[in-house]
Parts: sequence; structure tokens; C-alpha cells
Amino acid sequence: MIALIDYGAGNLTSVRKALSAIGAEVEVPREPSELDDAMAVIVPGVGNFQSTAAMNNRWRQGILDVVGRGRPLLGICLGLQWLFEGSTEAPACQGLALMTGQCDRLEGGVEVSAGRSWPLKIPHVGWNALHFPRASRLFEGLEEGSQVYFTHSYAAPVTTDAVAVTAHGRTFASGVERGHVFGVQFHPEKSGDAGLRVLRNFLNAV
Amino acid sequence: MLSKRIIACLDVRNGEVVKGVHFEGLRNAGDPAELAARYNEEGIDEVVILDVTATLENRRALAETVGAVAKRIFIPLTVGGGIRSEDDAAAAVEAGADKVSLNTAALTNPRLIATLAARYGSQAVIVAIDAKWVDGRAIVYVRSGQHGTEREAVEWAREAADRGAGEILLTSIDRDGTRQGFDCALTAAVSNAVDIPVIASGGAGTLDHFSEVFIDGCADAALAASIFHFSEHSVRTLKELLRGRGIPVRL
Repeated sequence: MIALIDYGAGNLTSVRKALSAIGAEVEVPREPSELDDAMAVIVPGVGNFQSTAAMNNRWRQGILDVVGRGRPLLGICLGLQWLFEGSTEAPACQGLALMTGQCDRLEGGVEVSAGRSWPLKIPHVGWNALHFPRASRLFEGLEEGSQVYFTHSYAAPVTTDAVAVTAHGRTFASGVERGHVFGVQFHPEKSGDAGLRVLRNFLNAV
Repeated sequence: MLSKRIIACLDVRNGEVVKGVHFEGLRNAGDPAELAARYNEEGIDEVVILDVTATLENRRALAETVGAVAKRIFIPLTVGGGIRSEDDAAAAVEAGADKVSLNTAALTNPRLIATLAARYGSQAVIVAIDAKWVDGRAIVYVRSGQHGTEREAVEWAREAADRGAGEILLTSIDRDGTRQGFDCALTAAVSNAVDIPVIASGGAGTLDHFSEVFIDGCADAALAASIFHFSEHSVRTLKELLRGRGIPVRL
């Protein structure tokens, strides 16, 4: 069973639908104790970094325990940011600190491409390209430059944990992987075949 | 770099796409799920389902339609038309919509924008603005473009963004259905006034119209219905043309 965490900040329908389309058995635990049976945990996320504060210490510890038992964890969107130490979006709110660094707001401006300049809007909404600084389990089989669907204003720093990077103004970590801890800033459940492949790759790690 | 999005709109009534459709090789060309799957294969970036009726009975049919489409495609799906309350939005989201589009209800009850943004996140809330030029001012119209208001499109778009809208879907009433091209002046005025993405709609008749609205209209996305339904031009052909002109797209 894959545990899909619902911290009440969004809608799980899409993630659940995409996971069942690729044959995963998904449950939404009501209590942290139900995480004991989880083969893997997925933390989806929309909204403000602070909404992860709804993940009180019991949930937080429950998730860390699952990771401690060697079970894979995938953070999606805000779920990726939550893997880091914190975010300037909510400085008082602590992340899981499974990866080092602070998340920060993207900055608007202008981007020049093919001789034209395009305004950079924040939030970063739409399809953008993944670039892979090194091989990873999460992005196995994806072509360099594959496009996936983003919608966010804050992003994680590029560290040695970054296995995919994307540029919107600055370059940020669009995919991270350290051991059996994974994160994606984009929405794999909304990214067509490329996104389903990433979810399959995660399930292969389970 | 961020791609300019091409969005297909399905006008749906009683579970059927109502504008004429003739794709070869579809079992039922009027079936929204079949059509959405076809667009998805061709590389469409998003799909919008617009309920063109608003009776209670039809709204139930709409939920079924949304569910059937959501099962087939794994790209963003927006539902609009007749969303007047938090309950209407919740029904659409539960059926599988990623975003809801508010039109008249956003103007009559602007607090609904913030309510939905707080519940689902701003990325799930699109405010649709139908505008028409009147004496040199882009005036907002409501009730399917029937009634003019006191509001101007740019000023209403700014307010909607401040209230928590994640995107603006801007339709030119003057151009809608004319196939004469998007209203680039209107689109640029709104797009340059807000930080959130603006989806241009109304008037697509040729592939050139899309490059115009991205370059001159500063649009972040362009939406069309019949140009794709009639299969005169595939989504792929359009995107290849745009890429050839230096416009970033997902291919």
C-alpha cells in the first residue's frame, strides 16, 4: 500500500487517479499509526508552505519513521519544498530537513529566447523543460528537455541532491533524490506521459 | 523556458460537445472524453470543459462528463460555466477538475475567489472575463456576454488577481466566433497589467492568429474550440509553426 498524505490543503483526486492508472494501490491514512503498513509515502501539496504546519508533530514523526525504515518518500510540488529545511514563504515553519537548504521565491523579469524577450511571470505556471545534471532513478527513461507542468511561486535551491533542474528566472531544483527520498516540483499527475513515467519510476523504487 | 500553452475548449451540453466536430477515426465525435483523448495525443497542453447549459439536471450530467474526461487525460483540466458557489466548485473538483473557471459569480460575489483560493489554492481558480470595446474602453460583460457592467477589463483583472485568482481567461466578445483573430490589443492590456498568466480566447481562425496573440498580445496561453474540432489544423501543426517562429512550445 502506498500512503497518500492528506493535510487538508488541496485536492488529492488527480494524484490518486494517476497512481491508480499505473496500477498502484493507494490509501489515504487517517492517523499516523496507519503509516506502519505503508510501503511508501507520497506527500502531494498545493498552497502555502505554512499549510504543511497542518502536519503536526505526530504526522511529521510518522513520515520520518517510514523514511527511517527505508521506505521511499515522494514529495510533490510543495511536498518537494517540505523536504528542505524551510522556506522564506513561512520562516517560522520548519521543513522535514531531509535535504539541506532553504526554499525561496522565484523572481520575475524578462527572458530572452530566439531573439525575442518574454516577460517572466510569477507564479510560474505551465509547461517547462527538465534538464538532468546526472542520472537518477526518478528520471530514468526521460529525454533531456522533457516538459512537465508546473504551478508555483517558491522553489528549492540547486544542491547535490538535484537530479533535475529547470530555469524560470533563476535555475531551481525541479527534481531531487537522495537515497530513497525523492521530490518533484512539477505535477507528475498533470504532466502527460512524462509525468506518468516519473510516477512509475518512483513505484519501481518501492 | 516556459512554453506558451495551447488550450482546447469543449463546449458541452448534456454530455455532448455542441460545436461541430468531425475528426476521422473517432467512434463518437461528439463524445468529450474521446475528443479530449485525441487532443491529448496531438499534444494539447490543457483542456477546458465549458458547460453551456446551467440546469440542475445538466450539472449532474456535467459531473459525469468531467469524470469521464479526467479518466482519460493526465494534463490540467478546467471546468467552467454555471459555477456560482463553493458547492458547485467542489462538485467540479471532486469529479476531477484541476481548476474551476468563475465568470458572472466572481463579479457578483468577488469573495468567492478568495474562498476557493483558500480551499484549493490560487492555481485552481481561474477568473473568466468577457470583454467588449465600448467607446474605446474594454468593458466587462456578464451572463454569457449579454449584459454590460460598469467595470473595465484591466481594472477587474487586477482586482481578481489581488483577490487570489491564479489565471485570467480573457474572451473578446467582439472577436468570438468571427475567426478574424484574437484581440491582441485587449489581451496585451490585461496581460501587462497583471502578474498572473492570461489565457486569450475568441477569434482564432488561422494558425497565424496564435503567433500574433503570443507576440503582439503578450498572451501566456491561447484557447480555441472550433479550429481544432474541425481538424482543419492539428495541434501539432500549430505548435511546429509556432516553434519555427521562435515561440516556445511543448512538442
